[in-house]
Amino acid sequence: MIMNEEGKKEQTVSGNELGQGSTPTGPTLKEKVRKKEASASIGKGTFEEEISRRSFFSWLTIAWIAFSAATVAFFAMMMRFMFPNVLFEPPQSFKVGYPKDYTVGQVDVRWKSKHGIWIIRSPEYIYALSTICTHLGCKPNWLENEQKFKCPCHGSGFRKTGINFEGPAPRPLERFKIVLADDGQILVDKTKIFQYEKGQWNDPESYLVV
Amino acid sequence: MSDKKKSNIFQRLGESQVWKSIIRSGIPRTRRQRMMSVLNSVFLHLHPVRLPRHAVKVKFTWCMGGLTFFLFLVLTITGILLMFYYRPTVEYAYTDMIDLGEQVPLGIMREIHRWGAHAMVITVWLHMFRVFMTGSYKPPREFNWVVGVILLTLTLLLSFTGYLLPWDQLAIWAVTVGSNMARATPFLGHEGPGAALLALGDINFVNIGSDVKFALLGGRFVGEAALLRFYVLHCIGLPFIVMILMAIHFWRIRKDGGISGPT
Repeated sequence: MIMNEEGKKEQTVSGNELGQGSTPTGPTLKEKVRKKEASASIGKGTFEEEISRRSFFSWLTIAWIAFSAATVAFFAMMMRFMFPNVLFEPPQSFKVGYPKDYTVGQVDVRWKSKHGIWIIRSPEYIYALSTICTHLGCKPNWLENEQKFKCPCHGSGFRKTGINFEGPAPRPLERFKIVLADDGQILVDKTKIFQYEKGQWNDPESYLVV
Repeated sequence: MSDKKKSNIFQRLGESQVWKSIIRSGIPRTRRQRMMSVLNSVFLHLHPVRLPRHAVKVKFTWCMGGLTFFLFLVLTITGILLMFYYRPTVEYAYTDMIDLGEQVPLGIMREIHRWGAHAMVITVWLHMFRVFMTGSYKPPREFNWVVGVILLTLTLLLSFTGYLLPWDQLAIWAVTVGSNMARATPFLGHEGPGAALLALGDINFVNIGSDVKFALLGGRFVGEAALLRFYVLHCIGLPFIVMILMAIHFWRIRKDGGISGPT
């Protein structure tokens, strides 16, 4: 047993230290007694597994490091746990029918509650406007008579284009990527956002020429 | 005969084995026995054995800390009762809330919880105001002031999470507005300062699907997942932290020399 040998070695060292320090001659009676006492204090000397004090601490260090690492890993797991892999939300990319379904000059509110977009057809092109107010994220309403989007939370107002003109909203509504799918339907992708203030509304993907 | 006459029902009760097994020091008659009966009770020992005269001066403390704790207990009890009827799902939350007011016996239970919550925010503020005005935050009580500020924040977070649970229009949009503020958290919110720095090439580590607002709502908007998360935080998560901090808060009052008084 390696453990056994190591243990004995440790005892001898500590016994010497407790005794006269460096005495090359054989142990005196006094030293023998001390040695005995020392080995007793180590934990019964040659007791069973022979885990000396020193090796015990090294094992304890490894154990503590392992425990700390496991705890840190678990906290990381806790963080990751809060971000689900699957969301039970409407898909971010979806089809909204054919261009002929939309009337020129009309704000289409069909997809507002399900997908959070307005489809608006101007004489030249179709664009998908986000229904999320740029102030604090409420859902404005389209007021047909006043030809504006009005947010019920804090009164922000937006033109049909999405440009803000009243209330606390700091910037225009966002537009989403809008393209024609292979089957001729309009495909809206909400993961791609176009912001007016960044000049992104000129991007050809931000509108659909009919 | 005369001995038997003296030992009335209370005395006999006080000397019975049942009583002595629960309250070890028996009926307190001397100062020492009174002290022992306080120290030997898990509930009573939270309170100091002796109080300075000023500690019971309501004019000085307003008893605002005590009232806050009392309201916390009221909210815990009424909250547990509400949990027997309320289901935190989009389908049932609103109707269960109405049901609690109209069909459940003592429909006032939800109102007690709601008004108690409003009152607790007020008493916490007044407690803080009193502590500030009497200078009770000064050494050695600085640490307890810090614990108190965290408790104030947690009280407000408890109000915020409880606000969503009725699941009416006010709740949904108030929490939409409130949680949108989390977007602007430095480094943690995807619109906050520093979030753009946490990117590797085209990949933003802090994006709309990985920021603190997403973690709070469990989704991109206030929906089913947000309701459940707020429910769990409101009923278990936050009260758990609050109770630990309250224990520290009360303990530190004693360790820092008892409740502060006029000096």
